[in-house]
Amino acid sequence: MIPVDLPLWADVLASLLLVSGGLLTLIGSLGLFRLPDLFARIHAPTLGNTLGLACVLLASILIASMQAHRLVFQELLIWLLVVVTSPLTAMLIIRAGIYRDRKSARRKGMDRPDEAVDH
Amino acid sequence: MKRWPSLSLFTVALFAIWLLLNDSLAPGQVLLGLVMTITVSLATAAMLRSRARPHHLLVAIRLFFVVFIDSVRSNIAVARIILGPAKGHFNSGFMKIPIDMRDSYGLTVLACILTAIPGTVWAGLSADGELLTIHVLDLHDEEAWIQTIKYRYERPLMEIFE
Repeated sequence: MIPVDLPLWADVLASLLLVSGGLLTLIGSLGLFRLPDLFARIHAPTLGNTLGLACVLLASILIASMQAHRLVFQELLIWLLVVVTSPLTAMLIIRAGIYRDRKSARRKGMDRPDEAVDH
Repeated sequence: MKRWPSLSLFTVALFAIWLLLNDSLAPGQVLLGLVMTITVSLATAAMLRSRARPHHLLVAIRLFFVVFIDSVRSNIAVARIILGPAKGHFNSGFMKIPIDMRDSYGLTVLACILTAIPGTVWAGLSADGELLTIHVLDLHDEEAWIQTIKYRYERPLMEIFE
């Protein structure tokens, strides 16, 4: 793609969106580090997955549309696919965590921990 | 007759995705897209056990914005918890929510909504479909979470899908 000189406002807006998207993702990753256990940690990266992703995609839509001189919104597809697929990953991780906790509790001969889910 | 509306909705969605992927409205792409999506939806029709029959477009649009605003809000809330003092990190836990919705598409969308809202995540649905278990990062008021999920998300979803 041939680089086009963008107006200042588009540059500034896109940079702001990119920086805030990056910051949100960074905070999410920091959460992975700071939060105490698996179940709490699973919430942290969703920051980058939701609002962080939205910021980056908006910046991408803005720049691509300005360069093509028309509305480019293929980024909607990325958003759609992430929204539809991320619950699967989240559920798998959570279920694995519950299973692991149960198993280790059984091995120690204790009661089942925090009776979370009945099958 | 009942099969037709949902079949066409699936086809329309596929067709829109096709055009978006190709980023073009050229006649060739439109024709190819039509042939492909109609073939695919006819071929997969037999595999779907039940069909989504969404209605109330306005309710759906309203729900979209409600979820969007909630997502932005809880993004900020979760960021605050992460950056905040460590004692706030130990508030998380599982909770159960009685669920009235039975439509599997509605439940699927509910799972997407819960995942799209940082701070909540779907942890399982009981076999009889009565109790939903979720994990919440900031669990200090279970009743408030139940109210939010039942009235803000489940009720409009039931209107849309049931």
